[in-house]
Amino acid sequence: MNLLFLSVGAFLGTIARYEAGQLVPPAESGFPLGTWLINMAGCLFLGWFFTRWKAPSAIRLGIGTGFTGAFTTFSTFSVETMQLIDAGQAGMALLYAAASVVGGILFAAVGFWIAVQQDKGKAREGGHKR
Amino acid sequence: MTVWIGLCGIVGALMRFFLGKIIADNSKNTFPLGTFVINLTGSLILGVLYALHQKGSISGDVWLLVGVGFCGAYTTFSTFGFETVQLVEKGMRKAALFYVLLSAVLGVCFAWIGFLLCV
Repeated sequence: MNLLFLSVGAFLGTIARYEAGQLVPPAESGFPLGTWLINMAGCLFLGWFFTRWKAPSAIRLGIGTGFTGAFTTFSTFSVETMQLIDAGQAGMALLYAAASVVGGILFAAVGFWIAVQQDKGKAREGGHKR
Repeated sequence: MTVWIGLCGIVGALMRFFLGKIIADNSKNTFPLGTFVINLTGSLILGVLYALHQKGSISGDVWLLVGVGFCGAYTTFSTFGFETVQLVEKGMRKAALFYVLLSAVLGVCFAWIGFLLCV
């Protein structure tokens, strides 16, 4: 059952990445904007989702590991950075790598922070009722 | 075509899941070795595919299926971000920095190795 959830999530996540990547027009500067936006959105969501749904479950596996895991991608990030260096755009490669890594961590941290605040809010509500 | 890309994505995600589990079960480290190995091997494979596609050795369809579908779903950026935040949250800042720098630098190196092997 868990593997079914994982598979459905991965199927949708992969297609969403493919379609979203085609929607974003290539930037004139060479910056791989499509992959960057996809990875940042995925980091923000997963930071929030995995913090809220801590217990292993089919939902966590399907939406987190399956959908979000397949939606975002590291291999395309690596190859795009390599392409930029290969094309003589070392500065742009460095900018892309830094914006991806620093941005990804920041977005994941924001997602994490939102989930922690929500948990605190819930705990307070529960406290008042008691 | 889109449906086939999605199906290849399932294969990639299942491989990520099982390989990640095997590595996690066999390492007692808090370092996210599973995602690390997965992202580097995926970068290597995509580097190879990119070179083959550039040369015309594989068709655009194979690139979409194996490159965008399989490799894209096998590797993951969101888990990488989340694991880094978890390391920082546990107070393991050095491990987090090590994980981030090593993943990014080696990811590009592995893609390049794959590219150079086949170009």
